[in-house]
Order: sequence, then structure tokens, then C-alpha cells
Amino acid sequence: MKELKLMKGNEAVAEAAIRAGADAYFGYPITPQSEVLEYLMMEKPHERTGMVVLQAESEVAAINMVYGGAACGRKVITSSSSPGISLKQEGLTYIAGAELPCLVVNVVRGGPGLGTIQPAQSDYFQAVKGGGHGDYHLLVLAPQSVQEMSDFVGLGFDLAFRYRNPVMILTDGAIGQMMEKVWLDEQKPRMTEFPSWATTGKSADRERNIITSLELDSAKQEKFNLKLQAKYRKMEEEEVRYEKIGCEDADYLLVAYGTSARICQKSVQIARSKGIKVGLLRPITLFPFPKKPLFELAGRVRGMLAVEMSAGQMVEDVRLAVNGKVIVEHYGRMGGIIPSPDEIVDALEKLIKKGE
Amino acid sequence: MGDIESGDIIKDENLVYSKTKVLTDNVMHYCPGCGHGTAHRLIAEVIEEMDIQSETIGITPVGCAVLMYNYLDIDMQEAAHGRAPAVATAVKRLMPEKFVFTYQGDGDLAAIGTAETIHACNRGENITVFFINNGIYGMTGGQMAPTTLVNMMSSTSPYGRDVQMMGNPLKMTELVAQLPGTFYVTRQAVHTPSNVRKAKKAIRKALENQKLKKGLSLVEIVSNCNSGWKMSPVQANQWMVENMFPFYPLGDIKLDGKLVNQE
Ligand SMILES: Cc1ncc(C[n+]2csc(CCOP(=O)(O)OP(=O)(O)O)c2C)c(N)n1
Repeated sequence: MKELKLMKGNEAVAEAAIRAGADAYFGYPITPQSEVLEYLMMEKPHERTGMVVLQAESEVAAINMVYGGAACGRKVITSSSSPGISLKQEGLTYIAGAELPCLVVNVVRGGPGLGTIQPAQSDYFQAVKGGGHGDYHLLVLAPQSVQEMSDFVGLGFDLAFRYRNPVMILTDGAIGQMMEKVWLDEQKPRMTEFPSWATTGKSADRERNIITSLELDSAKQEKFNLKLQAKYRKMEEEEVRYEKIGCEDADYLLVAYGTSARICQKSVQIARSKGIKVGLLRPITLFPFPKKPLFELAGRVRGMLAVEMSAGQMVEDVRLAVNGKVIVEHYGRMGGIIPSPDEIVDALEKLIKKGE
Repeated sequence: MGDIESGDIIKDENLVYSKTKVLTDNVMHYCPGCGHGTAHRLIAEVIEEMDIQSETIGITPVGCAVLMYNYLDIDMQEAAHGRAPAVATAVKRLMPEKFVFTYQGDGDLAAIGTAETIHACNRGENITVFFINNGIYGMTGGQMAPTTLVNMMSSTSPYGRDVQMMGNPLKMTELVAQLPGTFYVTRQAVHTPSNVRKAKKAIRKALENQKLKKGLSLVEIVSNCNSGWKMSPVQANQWMVENMFPFYPLGDIKLDGKLVNQE
């Protein structure tokens, strides 16, 4: 039975992890996501499902605990915010290189450096382009509500195991901290059988399992790189998720994810009340990015405005997707400032004027 | 060989020694005379003798032993440099009934992985840590390690380790013995048959301790790195006895959760 609750986004992630049958959470406190670990400690998931929860000595240790647990074929999750996610990059590239499934939540705050504890979307590049060294991608999900914070935990685990790849939920301090009603999934049992590649102890009937990202033979390493790339192409074919709002008759298009997409829905209403036919495309997966629907819309609209709480990161992917077919501009705020619906409409009107 | 046929000799009743089946037939990449190979063999033998091949998960380091998984016929995970204790923490917590060990060099355990080592020890993770101290970074070609002795030469202390400039050698083993989370801490060597026997006993004890659930066991093995030290294997062992052992004395440091009095 689904259950309706009023919760913070961070708490919804924690509760969803228990209900998804997660085997372990490893984390380290950082604002604005500490509620994930706090909620889990308070809930005693060890008693509810047997889930392991451990406060690590650092984000570096936490992500390497994730590596160890994932290598045993377990469902493992960690969460952090920007500075902590930077520390996790080493572990993430090893996890991608060893082809391990796991879920990482980044409740983004403004940067660079220690920055601010207020919400931002300035870790887009880090999330979708790899983040650590080597050619790899995380599969990145961008929730816009507390409901999606909960829903994407189960979805994230499914995708992580389907592709043997780390999945990131890229959200921000606004969604992590805000309270909304949320329908929680019913409790799933924890796994009792584990993938054949998992290091669960070499039984007499099989070869030993080795989890590694090391290959000293260049020819073999390149072959492995090609295998990873084929996996990412498959994600691009099968896992692109997005939402279109008011695009049917649109002359202009807003492109935004997460908190910005939420605000842009209001901007669409305001602009339409002024007679501007504008739609919104909200990418739900940031990698794989909804390139095809954007390219199609590029043939129908007169301009696109990418709205982000950053200096302009996703806008580069929008431009690559439309490949020069239509003008693409960026509007963003930084430093933890959330744009108002009206200022987005102003930016849209400027774009329209420029085109005339 | 006269009239004796090999079949006359190779009989079950004449068998005095055989390679443990927990070691694979892969040719080891270690330099002749290096202690890693012996340490691997001892761990493999103990796993066979305890009959825990199917219940053991090993975590390999970044360092000369990075390819240890080619040599031990057990499930293994390759950790990032220094992170093996964090990796092992999760493995053991998720599968508390299994035997979990890390195998780490001095750069891995005492430099880049200092935090992971100390905190796994301090939490009293119920794992075994094998720590190969050769006083140098072997894998990368003989650079200074945190364990490099004062005045000892390496490629990054070519005039000898100068304490003013490079700080003091770090005794991680004594350090973690102070923490309440460690249950058994010992320092061994594998350069003579009698040391090999003692080291094997220590390895067995350290793995058996996991059944007691009383905290972390750490076995340091002081080893030569003859190619890193730029010596012959024999010279290197002699140098180790004369220089390493006075600073890193062999013997138990903590037994059954209690510090051993070392005069
Ligand atoms: C993050 C990172 N930094 C540096 C290295 C390069 N590196 C590989 S092995 C090693 C030192 C290994 O020395 P030690 O742990 O003493 O083991 P040994 O090779 O002597 O057995 C270093 C610095 C690396 N692989 N990863």
C-alpha cells in the first residue's frame, strides 16, 4: 500500500531508500542534505529491513564503502552536497570503471569552493560529463519535486542494476529542504539473490569473481572503453526521459530542469497571459540528454531559452542538440539565488526582441 | 638417475609439501627476493587450512600488490589507492559471516589511506589488515614512503631522508595499537624460515579473530624491496635486519585487546 506523507525532499530520499529495499547507506554530513543521514539514523532501518547505515569519516571513505558494498551485488546509496560530491569523484570513476551499480544523490549548493549553502545548479557539468578522470558517464536523474525525489530512488536503483552503472540524482537545496506531500512506495523486500559477478565468496561451482577497473594491456583497455561507450549509446536510445508542457503551438521554448523547471512552469503561464506562445521542455534525464525532442522542436520554434541556476552549463547541451538550427540563449542566477518567474519572462521577451 | 623412475618417488605417502590450491598457477610479477610473494603464499595457505576459500573476500591495494587477485583463487575487489579499509568495512558489514581482509603497502596504508586506516581501526571493524612495510613506494619506482627511515635514500630523498625537510618515519602499527578498536596488532617478517613460520601463525590468528567479533586485527610484515633499495636480494635482507628491524621491532604489539609490554 502506498502511503501519503508530508516530508522534506531529503527525508523522502531516505525513506524511499528503505522502502526500495536498499542494503546500505554510507554518508557524511553536509548542508543542505544532512537530513538524509539524520532521518536514516532516527528510523533505525536496521530494525525495519536490516539495512546498514554508517556515518563515514569522509565522503572519500563513504563512496569507497559504496564501492565495496556494490561489488558484493548489494543496493547501496550515498548522498552529499557539492563539496562532498567533489570528494566522491575518485570513487565514482572507479565505480564506473568497475561497472558497479549504485545510487548517489547530489543536493547541490552554490560554489565554487565552500560557496554557499543555498540551492544552485552549478554542478551540471560535473554530473553529466563524467566528473572524475577517464571516459565515463553517470546516468543522471533530475527531480523537480519531493514526489520525484522519492520516485527516482527506486527508478535509480533499477537503472543502476540494469546498466551496471552509477546513477546520480542531481537535485538542489531547494528541493532537498522543501516540504511537500509525497506518495511513498510500499516496502520492497531486500534482495536475497545477488548478481553472478558479485564478490560474495567463491563457491566451488564457479570461477572467482574479481572487481577491478585495472587493465594494463592497452588493446584490452580500449576494448573495455568501447564496451562502456556502447552502454552509454544504449542509454541514449532507451532511457531518455523528459516532459513537455505547452509545446504544441509554441513559438518559443524554455528548457529547464529541477527547481528551474518548476519556476518556468509559472513563467509559461505569465508569458501566455501576455500572448507569448511559449512552451517548456523539462529534461528528466540529464545524461542521457533529450537531444532528439530538442532537435525536433528546433525546427518549429523561433528561439530557445535555457534557464538554469548557473552561469550556463546545460545550455551547451541544448546548443549541441539543436546544432545551430535555432537561436539558444541562457538565463541564469548564481550564488544560491533562485530566479523569479517574472525575471525569466523578461529574459524571454529580450530574446524575442533580439529575433525581430 | 639410474633405474629409479619418477613414479617410484611420486607417491601419496611420500608427499611432504605441495602448493596450496588457493594460489593460482599464474606467474607472479614480483621481483625475485621480494616479500610480497611469500606473504601471498602464507595467506593462501592459511585460507586453505582454515577451509574458508568460499567465505573469504580480499581487498587489494594500489601498489605492487595491485594484481594480487591474479594469484589468490578467491573473490577479490581492487580498491582505489589507500581506500581498502573503507571498502572492506562495507563488505564486512553487509556480509558479517564472511572473512574479509585488506592487503596494503606502506604508501597505501600509511600515507594516502591514513584516514581510512585509522577510522576502520577505531571503529573496530571486524576485519583483518595485512600491511606490507618495505619502507618505500615499490610500484612507482622507489620513492620515499611515510615509513622510509631517517637518512634512507630513495628516488625522492636522493640524499637520504632529511627530517627537517621531510619529517619523521611513521609507525602506523604502534599508532593503531593505541586505539580501542584494534584487538590484535603484530609485526612480523618473512626473510627466514623461522620468521615465515611465525608470520603464518600471526596471519592465522588475525583471520581467526574475525570469529570473535572483538575488533580489527593488523599484521605488519616488514619486507625488503631490493629493486627499490637498489640492492641484491641477499644484501637487502641483511640491510633490513640491520636497519629496519631496530626501528620496526618484530613481535606482538597488542594481544587480545591488550598492549604488550615492550620494555
Ligand atoms: C590517487 C593515486 N595516487 C598515486 C598513485 C600512484 N601510485 C601507485 S602505487 C603507489 C605507491 C605504492 O607504494 P606502497 O603502498 O608502499 O606499496 P608497494 O608498491 O611498495 O608494495 C603510488 C603512489 C595512484 N595509483 N593513485
